[in-house]
Amino acid sequence: MKQEYTITVYTENHIGLLNRIAIMFSRRKINIESLNTSPSEVEGIHRFTIVIHEAEEVVKKLVRQIEKQVEVLKAYYNTNEEIVWQELALYKVSTDKVIEDVKVERLLRKYGARAVVIRKDYTVFETSGHREEINNLTEVLGRLGLIEFVRSARVAIINDSKGFHEKLREFEEEKPGEEIVENEFLGKQDEVFSL
Amino acid sequence: MSDTLTTQKGTKISSDKKPAPGKGRFAPGTEISGAQAVVEALVAEGVTDFFGYPGGAIMPIYDALYDYSEILNHVLVRHEQGGIHAAQGYARTSGEVGVVFATSGPGATNMVTGLADAQIDSTPLVCITGQVFASLLGTDAFQETDVINITTPITKWNYQVTDAAEIPAILAKAFYIARSGRPGPVLIDITKNAQTQKFQYPGYKPCTHIRSYRPKPIIRKEYITEAAALINAAERPFVLFGQGVILGKAEKEFKNFIEKGGLPAAWTVLGLSALPTDHPLNVGMLGMHGNYGPNVLTNECDVLIAVGMRFDDRVTGRLDKYAKQAKVVHLDIDPSEIDKNIKATVPVWGDCKETLPLLTAQLEKKEHTAWLQRFRDLGKEEEKVVIREELNPTGEVMSMGEVIKELNEVTGGDAIMVTDVGQHQMVTCRYAKFNISKSNVTSGGLGTMGFGLPAAIGAKYGAPGREVVAIIGDGGFQMTLQELGTIMQTGVNIKIVILNNNFLGMVRQWQQLFNDRRYSFVSITSPDFVALATAYGIKAKSISKRENLKDSLVEMIQHNGTYLLEIVVGKENNVFPMVPQGCGVAEIRLQ
Repeated sequence: MKQEYTITVYTENHIGLLNRIAIMFSRRKINIESLNTSPSEVEGIHRFTIVIHEAEEVVKKLVRQIEKQVEVLKAYYNTNEEIVWQELALYKVSTDKVIEDVKVERLLRKYGARAVVIRKDYTVFETSGHREEINNLTEVLGRLGLIEFVRSARVAIINDSKGFHEKLREFEEEKPGEEIVENEFLGKQDEVFSL
Repeated sequence: MSDTLTTQKGTKISSDKKPAPGKGRFAPGTEISGAQAVVEALVAEGVTDFFGYPGGAIMPIYDALYDYSEILNHVLVRHEQGGIHAAQGYARTSGEVGVVFATSGPGATNMVTGLADAQIDSTPLVCITGQVFASLLGTDAFQETDVINITTPITKWNYQVTDAAEIPAILAKAFYIARSGRPGPVLIDITKNAQTQKFQYPGYKPCTHIRSYRPKPIIRKEYITEAAALINAAERPFVLFGQGVILGKAEKEFKNFIEKGGLPAAWTVLGLSALPTDHPLNVGMLGMHGNYGPNVLTNECDVLIAVGMRFDDRVTGRLDKYAKQAKVVHLDIDPSEIDKNIKATVPVWGDCKETLPLLTAQLEKKEHTAWLQRFRDLGKEEEKVVIREELNPTGEVMSMGEVIKELNEVTGGDAIMVTDVGQHQMVTCRYAKFNISKSNVTSGGLGTMGFGLPAAIGAKYGAPGREVVAIIGDGGFQMTLQELGTIMQTGVNIKIVILNNNFLGMVRQWQQLFNDRRYSFVSITSPDFVALATAYGIKAKSISKRENLKDSLVEMIQHNGTYLLEIVVGKENNVFPMVPQGCGVAEIRLQ
């Protein structure tokens, strides 16, 4: 059964790696719904967060192929139930409208948005949330003179990631411990972060 | 054997006394160019023979090479595809990393087929391509191609060097990645400015660790124990072995394993020669044109033990009809192969050189006589229906099989057999005799026609003391026949057998069987192969009569130098048995 999976990949920060990972999806004709790549907390290590809609069988194999790449440190996949995730959105609306229309203010409160820039001619609001929450606000603001809108890719924290920060640090060692070499898929499908 | 190879300066190098991996010419701290650092890296890695073709963007490296002719033998090929296939042949017979040079643009793109071939067949290669000046990248400069992005899906790793100072460490990394873990091709693209740039040479330090790269998974003892228990309890255990045994240099460990467990073992095309043909537990070939017993009994065994093989679709046929009754033990160094096509009951991850002895230690000594007899019985049936006629045809025209049978007599099974792709490849794999490992060189995964001739040249450099016989079809030969020029120039000694049926035989066979004999563009004419070879100064002969077969093969093998023998065989012979596409392995057809 196809469903949404969030793939988390830790990699070296090298040129060409984005392509090497992206083509693994396109080779299998899998569409990437959302892709975020940014530095992790460890210098030189980047974290990819990739969202796809696929069957678990496919995702599992794909993640192993990703992890096999020389410059990939670790790759994981999770269902939406196993993660906490957010998308960030920015909205540019007419300042006059905001002042005129009480509804806008109420709306922004309801959606937890905050002003980032306030100018005479326009105001930029920011909010974060799930896809649907942002969609809802976008739809409403669209009717009230939305000038520009942008949203980020999904970023996600994995619920059961105990000790991961330490493990990531261990990669920098010349001779990492057994845990870091071991592949977590081996008979431990349930404990995502047992490595 | 008294082969001598000629370097570009005309120096004769006795091929069985290759220069020992020498020290480089430059001490650490010396100011050298990036190009010199590239060649120093080859020397430090112990490379003796490699292949290539010069061009504008790689000229500085070729200039540096000029000073190393005494210790490095660069073989000038006639086409970059020939260069990379030769490097593959070299890697396969030597067990070392094959090295090939090409220039930017067309030089690099001509290597794409070889890279894809090496990637799917896990062949360790380091390919070095020249690239335009870094300042010209992205400007559509002359002979500029985005080689890194073209080759990303078909390399284990690739990297573009734009600064000379990177070269020693990057090449060390390239060799380490190419040969470690599951081997594969690595491409290093070096811009021309990096080649000419001078820098302080820090010396060459081999690479032994990359933080993001785990060449081998940790061996889990509990899985070894579980696997041993499964095998010990099995009544009808069946071993499938692939190239992992050869790449892991684990032939001895493998033999001990099957001998202790009394385990019948069948091979994939790339696993061929890891176990001698006449070993009593060698039950033959798997897959589409494999032997009857191994295919049928795959669906009757109770424990299937896969060693260093990846359940390719040509081996498994239809997956939902493949060994459904069996528990599966899968040994592989590449974790992503486990459960990829066939679900493993017990995954034994690791280098089989290490896992096999651990597993063997826990095996009970057994003989599965009755079970082994089943393979022999089915073998007899196959012998009666297929093999007898193929090896001893009653018709007037020769068969491919009888050529291989006679060749076995002449070589005794000690030769390296290089094949191209098609009917002749399947027939050679089925009937050639092998005593020694690393003796079967063929394009298995990619099925690259044109692979045979250049790969045979490389195979000879990889194993200069051994006889190399290339079996090639009339179609495949015409794809890379320009490499006859390489043979002419180097004087390399290989034996070429062209099995000519005037057809693209394998496609014709499918058209006959599945397309109602609609022979669509499979009839192929050939040049006068004897005249062609003669033009290249290569001794050649063409035969079409059985009475000349044996003597001609003897003459070919005894000839001191390359010899091309064209053998005209039956036009519409088919390779059987056959598992038709979309069928299960047990539905294998004998005719």
